[in-house]
Amino acid sequence: MSDIGFVIVAYAVIVGGLGLYTVTLWRRMRAARRDHEGR
Amino acid sequence: MKTRILGFVALAAVVAATLAALFVVPADLNQGDAQRIMYPHVASAWLAYLSFGVTALGGILWLWKRDLRFDAVALAGAEIGVMFTAFAIWGGMMWGRPVWGVYWQWEDPRLTTTALLLALYVGYLLLRRLTEDPERRATRAAIVGIVAAVDIPIVHFSVEWWRGLHQTATIASPERALDPAAPMVFVATLLGMLGAFTLAWLYLVIRRYQLARAELAREELARLGRLRAVQAAALQSQQEGAR
Repeated sequence: MSDIGFVIVAYAVIVGGLGLYTVTLWRRMRAARRDHEGR
Repeated sequence: MKTRILGFVALAAVVAATLAALFVVPADLNQGDAQRIMYPHVASAWLAYLSFGVTALGGILWLWKRDLRFDAVALAGAEIGVMFTAFAIWGGMMWGRPVWGVYWQWEDPRLTTTALLLALYVGYLLLRRLTEDPERRATRAAIVGIVAAVDIPIVHFSVEWWRGLHQTATIASPERALDPAAPMVFVATLLGMLGAFTLAWLYLVIRRYQLARAELAREELARLGRLRAVQAAALQSQQEGAR
């Protein structure tokens, strides 16, 4: 793999991971709120 | 609302810092384009330290004040710290292969102590799942969180204390603070990435703290529901016995 390839893979995982974790947090938060209101 | 604004600002900052690191900064004379990986790698490592520092502080405050909000802060720090440690390791591996010729080397003290840091805080998160009692969980986690934090200075100073593959600090060392070894354009981009990632970190810590509080409230409700069910069953059996 070329240097550019390593750069792309590194950024894809780090920046993509940040985005994925943020979305997962929102979904977990929504689920917790839904559970709370359902009781 | 303020947290939402922080989220938008952090998003814009991360996008801008990423674009600057990928398209604005020139390639390094020795490292070529692989040098671009340094920006998120260093920022992730810094935020891993900060996160686990927050976890240790939250643990200390829990043991002192017995307020579960501090345990929620500690949990937020640990979960987000694990993510940033994984990012730092990943970035280091992706940089190491083209520059060092290897993804990983177990003989290197910085790499090995960082892997240990990751394992310690994954263990911290697993430990929290062992008990449902919030106070017992918070106490156990606090002790582990405080003890594990000992590894943070070991990771940081490992490059000074022992010889290995990993280079010593390029910017954040006392003698280089005012005259860093890297050109200013690289230093400015690194500082931009550090700022952007720190904003994102702050947003995530706040959101994870809020989630931890919501989860705790949910657990309390579930426990209350179970208690009421037990009380109702006991009352019913009492009434049946009286008949």
